[in-house]
Amino acid sequence: MPIRGSGGGLAASEKPKLDGGFPGTGLSDEDIKEGKVLTTRWKADAKYGWDAGVAISRYLAGLKEGKILGVRCHKCGRTMVPPRIFCEWCFRNIDEWVELKDTGTVNTFSLCYVTWDVKRIKEPQIPAVIEIDGASKGMGIMHLLGEVDPKKVYIGMRVKAVWKEPAEREGAITDIRYWKPL
Amino acid sequence: MGNRVAIVGAGMTKFVRRAQETGQELAFYATKAALDSCGMKLDQIDGVVLGSAPDTFDGVHMKGEYLSPGAGAWGKPYMRCYVGGGTGVFSVAHGWYHVASGVFDTCLVVCEEKMSSFQPHPQGAFLTIFDHTTERPLKPNLLWIFALEMNRYMNTYGLRKEDIARVAVKNKNNAIDHPAAQLGGKVTLDDILNSEVLAWPVQRLDVSPVSDGAVALVLANESIARRVTDKPVWIEGVGWALDTAYWTNRDLCYPRYVEEAARMAYKMAGITDPRHQIHIAEPYDPFDYKELHHMEGLLLCGRGEAPQLTLDGVTQRDGELPVCPSGGLLGVGNPIAAAGLMKVAELFWQLRGEAGKRQVARKAKRGVAQAWGDLMQVGAVVVVGI
Repeated sequence: MPIRGSGGGLAASEKPKLDGGFPGTGLSDEDIKEGKVLTTRWKADAKYGWDAGVAISRYLAGLKEGKILGVRCHKCGRTMVPPRIFCEWCFRNIDEWVELKDTGTVNTFSLCYVTWDVKRIKEPQIPAVIEIDGASKGMGIMHLLGEVDPKKVYIGMRVKAVWKEPAEREGAITDIRYWKPL
Repeated sequence: MGNRVAIVGAGMTKFVRRAQETGQELAFYATKAALDSCGMKLDQIDGVVLGSAPDTFDGVHMKGEYLSPGAGAWGKPYMRCYVGGGTGVFSVAHGWYHVASGVFDTCLVVCEEKMSSFQPHPQGAFLTIFDHTTERPLKPNLLWIFALEMNRYMNTYGLRKEDIARVAVKNKNNAIDHPAAQLGGKVTLDDILNSEVLAWPVQRLDVSPVSDGAVALVLANESIARRVTDKPVWIEGVGWALDTAYWTNRDLCYPRYVEEAARMAYKMAGITDPRHQIHIAEPYDPFDYKELHHMEGLLLCGRGEAPQLTLDGVTQRDGELPVCPSGGLLGVGNPIAAAGLMKVAELFWQLRGEAGKRQVARKAKRGVAQAWGDLMQVGAVVVVGI
């Protein structure tokens, strides 16, 4: 990660520049272009080994078999996905696991023309919240849409999962490549 | 419900892009300005609350402790609080209960954020809010969740982009009159609608900028407040609430977390009819649709009605219910925690009649500030009055 310092001739002012009584001094584009700003780089070697947990492990194992699994709470009657071992409304253990369908409805979507670090891309990525058939109304997961003209995506569109070949699946959310119009 | 608590002083730095000052220096300038504004010295302060967003932005672990000398916390009881973007307003609630409980007579509330340290763009630091197993493998972009929420809001109420873009026009133009603003400027509806599409329906001018800055408030109990100022601004109600982290299981068209927090704050403040008992509002507006979303969550209008109030000019500075007369995050800037506290500082200045060119036309006796954050799930609300 680069660390920016004010070196190379950029005079550190002892007092803030007062503009309308409010201190605070922005660095200009010129300061950077003219090399008045020191940057250093180091690569963070941060690695995490997360536990997927009881519920998500079973969800991932289901994905490897080409199934989307949800859970049900008999008290509030909700069928939930992504699955968890507890119902956060009733704050009790869930009662059963259920296999949902691999079809659903687009609850909302975006056409995204920038990458995570704000670089431009020409063809938009299409993230969506997809309500999964068999789960309670409004229960969705985030995923991507594909094989669709961005201009033709709409809220309420029916979609179906496009799975990786069984041999390629590794028990990850990416075992579903994307969702395409049904 | 405990002792009465007043805001007696406020200070802030300019909100700037890539500040040359360090976070500690920004915190110092804001804190010193707040103390100076009420003629108090640091040794009259009993405790310090500091609000700041994730350590990731600065690459300094436990950055609250790192910032603390600039916030006047040396040798004092000190606490950092953090609820994502909701921090700025939540920190006032935090300071409030220190004083309301009687543990402290006075308390500094300081919020600092330096968004620009993270390279190449602070958006990258946000990505860890997504679930590591079920969402991050999709290589998400932070903008996605806002775009998804905005699209859901537009679709639910049949709104067009211009219904929402009017908020950005209003706030950026309001910010022209704020001497600490980063992004005040004359913009038109066409400017917003023609700006670059980032993640449809979010366009560049629908979004607040990356900012660095700090804001500080001085809180005091009633006896001290009456001694140090003849214009105390009372904290009448505070509220906060969380919605579930299973964000894809929620109805994204309505911020329930804001309503829950608002109901808590209103109950404490004795407000039964917010639309008429609140005279000025500073809801959180990092995106233009969020101001509308949050006006509805704050019960200042019915669901889906906020765009019409904006169109009718009700929310203009000279309107019946001025909303973000400061210029908001869209205009003043968005150093996250500091931006939330800026909203409470704005109400302090407005209610005291000290907002200069930003002063609202209507005589305002009570205001509400709100901030929101994390996985679109945090509501933090403060009601202040004179």
